[in-house]
Amino acid sequence: MAKTIIEKIWDEHIVYEEEGKPDLLYIDLHLIHEVTSPQAFEGLRLNNRKVRRPDLCYATMDHNVPTRNREQIKDVIARKQISTLQQNCEEFGVPLANMDHPDQGIVHIIGPELGLTQPGKTIVCGDSHTSTHGAFGAIAFGIGTSEVEHVLSTQTLWQAKPKTMQIKVTGELGFGVAAKDIILAIISKFGIDMGTGYIVEYTGEAIRKLSMEERMTICNMSIEAGARAGLISPDETTVEFLRGREHVPSGEAFEREAARWLALATDEGAAYDKTVEISTDEIEPFVTWGTNPSMGSGVSQSIPFTSDFVEASDKQAHEKALAYMGLEQGMPLEDIAITNVFIGSCTNARLSDLRTAANVIAGRKVHPTVKAIVVPGSQTVKKQAEQEGIDQVFLEAGFEWRESGCSMCLAMNDDVVPAGEHCASTSNRNFEGRQGAGSKTHLMSPAMAAAAAIEGHIVDIRKFGLVNV
Amino acid sequence: MEPINEINSVITPLNQKNVDTDQIISKEFLKRIERTGFGKYLFYHWRFDANGEPIKNFVLNDERYKGSTILVAHDNFGCGSSREHAPWSILDYGFRVVIAPSFADIFYNNCMKNGILPIKLSVDEVEALLSKEVYTVSVNLEAQTVTGADGVVYSFDIDPYQKKMLLNGWDEISLTFQYEDKIKAYEEKVAQA
Repeated sequence: MAKTIIEKIWDEHIVYEEEGKPDLLYIDLHLIHEVTSPQAFEGLRLNNRKVRRPDLCYATMDHNVPTRNREQIKDVIARKQISTLQQNCEEFGVPLANMDHPDQGIVHIIGPELGLTQPGKTIVCGDSHTSTHGAFGAIAFGIGTSEVEHVLSTQTLWQAKPKTMQIKVTGELGFGVAAKDIILAIISKFGIDMGTGYIVEYTGEAIRKLSMEERMTICNMSIEAGARAGLISPDETTVEFLRGREHVPSGEAFEREAARWLALATDEGAAYDKTVEISTDEIEPFVTWGTNPSMGSGVSQSIPFTSDFVEASDKQAHEKALAYMGLEQGMPLEDIAITNVFIGSCTNARLSDLRTAANVIAGRKVHPTVKAIVVPGSQTVKKQAEQEGIDQVFLEAGFEWRESGCSMCLAMNDDVVPAGEHCASTSNRNFEGRQGAGSKTHLMSPAMAAAAAIEGHIVDIRKFGLVNV
Repeated sequence: MEPINEINSVITPLNQKNVDTDQIISKEFLKRIERTGFGKYLFYHWRFDANGEPIKNFVLNDERYKGSTILVAHDNFGCGSSREHAPWSILDYGFRVVIAPSFADIFYNNCMKNGILPIKLSVDEVEALLSKEVYTVSVNLEAQTVTGADGVVYSFDIDPYQKKMLLNGWDEISLTFQYEDKIKAYEEKVAQA
């Protein structure tokens, strides 16, 4: 029977199944960071348990690490969390890329970089953006700390088999339209909870043509549509990305693995529980104006009117969002003034994102009212960018060039958007206070954020006088 | 975790949809390495102003709902992050039950691991609950019912496995250890492939 990649991976990982119970699923890769793991390790200690398969774990520090002055973490509690991860990894034998390690970076950026992320794997992490790894054709999802403890102890999880959804993106992307715009358009069109209870597979010619980095941007934000996991069937693009990476085999063994990976792709004629479609004709550069990722529109549009919504709860949510953002209904999006720009996060801090943004700002200056920072997703990205001279392009334009980490995406460290200020951000969430108490986030692509830094307001990248974005 | 079956309480009506985990527990409170002590930070930026003074019209500051153990909200409660600090703060504050028309998947799971009962009722039923001024209900997990002080009974569905876990307060890891031979067999099979 024709199967989707979701069913193939799921079925392969069932350790035990019984009527009336969730499946006991084996986990191939467990990624760990400092914020959601200390209570799990403490649980192991209290119960005298060990980590069953430290070789299938990989830890790093990303959420609250400083992006400058690595030696000085002023926040005592943050410092404690970081030293706790170091001690836990040493005690339980878990591999760790700590703050000084050349492989350190955002957990969802280093997994693929190191080749730990591979097609067909089940991958978990105590972080909702674990969906990123689905770009390789893996079932990857975020879990809570109790489940982190469960995986550490047993290398398994009890999981009810989710429903399957296909999101088909038809057509070719227009000039200036990025992967970020595809996913923001999907969430805006279908809603913030359209994916609840599903694993999503992204299909269609527009998806097929994307690079691995772009696919990661899309899968990353699956959770913003409510789907715990989103994936893309592997193809030659996937195989070529992984070839030669540290944790994949080499030579003939790699070719055998590659053949196995390609066979995981969804079979012709396989059925999904639900299919939705979006055409690239509907997708222009996107910007959010509200307080969740579905509250966004094409950049040429204006902020919707409350009267555009039907349900009372939607009208109320719209009014509340605009009151928080300090924006008026009917206002053109390009009129929104920006005083902060953040290029970073697990959504958009890979080398290609930085190249794109650098291309936009080259030879230009950051607007005098704007404070702009670039936070590379990993030390590897940072090093590669510096080898290409991208850091100099940013610095000459007036951006700050930082060390890698989650940074201003969730502002657990010192990188905070001041209360009341608007930030053009390449991150993934625009919830109230996400980037700092009272901060106002506008999600967009790296090219759009870079252009906003130059102009001091939101601009349509297609009108920015560029040949190649 | 603590077993849960019957809970009687006035409900705390939080009439909002898409309540995200960043609102439930803001990022500046995620740095603790314990599971406890998060209750005072629950909904912090909705509860307190910039000076740390209680915001009068927020429902958690309303005296009428003091001591309530049941929170009621609109669709898609708990969307966003996987942070278990969200259910920890809800539990530590004193809530044992959250009622909404729908929940985000990770949050829903996280509740189950902490002895919090998440109840899905229909939009109309939740709206009926939210429209009441001060309303006491009695939740019974065994019977899968929410009974209002006026005698109205709402029934809810719950996965039988998760129901059993909550009723007994079982530690899931201890249970999974009983499947050690299956896990070992799986690992041997993979190693040979």
